[in-house]
Amino acid sequence: MKTEKIVEKILLIFALSATLVIFLIIIFLFKEGLPILKKEGLGFILGKIWNPGKEIYGALTFIAGSLSVTFLALLIAVPLGVSCALFLAEIAPKRAESLFRPVIELLAGIPSVVYGMFGLIVIVRFIKVSFDIPTGETVLACSIVLAVMILPIIISVSEDAIKSVPRIYKEGSFALGATHWQTMKRVILPTASSGITASIILAMGRAIGETMAVVLVLGNVEMIPKSILNPAEALTSVILLEMGEASVGGSHYEALFAVGIILFIIVMILNIISMKIGVRKK
Amino acid sequence: MKNKYVYALLWASTIVTAMILIFILGFVVLKGSSALSVEFLIDIPRRGGEAGGIFPAILGTFYLVIIALVVAVPLGVGGALYLVEFQKENIITKIIRFGADTLNAVPSIIFGLFGFAFLVYYLKLGVCILSGGVTLAFMVLPTILRTSEEALRAVPGWDKEGSYALGATKLQTIKNIVLPQSLSGIITGIVLSIGRAAGETAPIIFTAAILNPVLPESVFDPTMSLPSHLYTLVSESTPEKLVNAYGTALVLIILVLITTYSAMLFRKYFTRHVRR
Repeated sequence: MKTEKIVEKILLIFALSATLVIFLIIIFLFKEGLPILKKEGLGFILGKIWNPGKEIYGALTFIAGSLSVTFLALLIAVPLGVSCALFLAEIAPKRAESLFRPVIELLAGIPSVVYGMFGLIVIVRFIKVSFDIPTGETVLACSIVLAVMILPIIISVSEDAIKSVPRIYKEGSFALGATHWQTMKRVILPTASSGITASIILAMGRAIGETMAVVLVLGNVEMIPKSILNPAEALTSVILLEMGEASVGGSHYEALFAVGIILFIIVMILNIISMKIGVRKK
Repeated sequence: MKNKYVYALLWASTIVTAMILIFILGFVVLKGSSALSVEFLIDIPRRGGEAGGIFPAILGTFYLVIIALVVAVPLGVGGALYLVEFQKENIITKIIRFGADTLNAVPSIIFGLFGFAFLVYYLKLGVCILSGGVTLAFMVLPTILRTSEEALRAVPGWDKEGSYALGATKLQTIKNIVLPQSLSGIITGIVLSIGRAAGETAPIIFTAAILNPVLPESVFDPTMSLPSHLYTLVSESTPEKLVNAYGTALVLIILVLITTYSAMLFRKYFTRHVRR
């Protein structure tokens, strides 16, 4: 069949388009950002001063900002998310489950700029008032917003992992007289731990890559935060805020793409780790 | 004994999570409904967004989503067809899946940088609807590819074999058996992508968005959009702008509610009628 072969070739090209886009992204990020990374060397990652006017580019404050909000967000979201996953997989009555499913989907569907608005108006103000500090735009505020944003991914991926624990393991544990909690603690959670870890790493990648919510609630002050009540600036924020001022091809423009390269590499490493440890059957 | 406390704790976590959602939605709905009116939907923004409406932003988001779908749906569904109907598991399918999964993990701001460097600057398309729409298409492509693949795989083998037994060719079988049966599953992914593309801000801020309330005349014009307009209003944060920000956020949330709900309906229909 001639037409069939032609269709097959066209569909192959379509199928490879995502891979092609990934290649193009890598090529263009490095084309624009690599020159300055080469010039500045390790100083780009370890330097604390970012002054485009004087062409000094050190991204350490942004790396510190991104990492601190990400870890604090995980600290909040992981216990909550894994508990929800255990609830859904182990004890939820059918009705509660069917009520809770849409909650996860909607939390995942709310645009990040809306989360940012909510964070700025509600959480930032709340933190400003309750800690009596000059500005509520802090690492803490940002972490809370990010925690909510990554909850859906932790819940759904962890739930899959918990549900794929073979029934026999559970029944064996019950047969030995263990209670449901003992079974969860000793059998279910350890067996599902690689899937749960994968969900956490995946969530970490999402949090580091989040832009709009972070830029609205983190304060965008170039400093390494000393406390969770300090403002900071993230890798994503500096790109968003400064791209408009950078002239194409200039050193500032290149430096922003170099920040993009750092971000891209961090997220890709996390993604590959989560793919490797979370190898789901099928 | 201890069991009881653990049950209570798990119930509590779930209820807290649900409350968070209700709180956020309640906030946007309560604050936004006072700003929302017919004028708000059909008027252009006036005085830098302090007064007037958001019509150009609604129109812009509509155009951006259409472009994104026109590009991503054929690529995603076609790619999925290739994976399911034309190729056995081998190195090529591995590469295709790895590419899609990797693309899915790329942060939205990186899409923005890429869209600017590649589409706006290198291909000289300029800051316009086409650049923004194609950037969004790249973003939602993995979702469409993977959900379509899942839908196509769910079509029972005996239906296809029946079609072949009647002498149908592969293309006829795909057209008459495979696609109709998996349609609702494929639509699920497309509908989810609409919600996601409409709400994304970072990818279009460098590639398509402007602040002036000008109505675009072609895909080569820049445009306002709902999320970028919302971002501008919120970051400037004057009381008048915030009122309009709440209204804009409510429009976005309504859009997300509609797409999420219809995606759930399509998925339910699909699991009930196709996966027997």
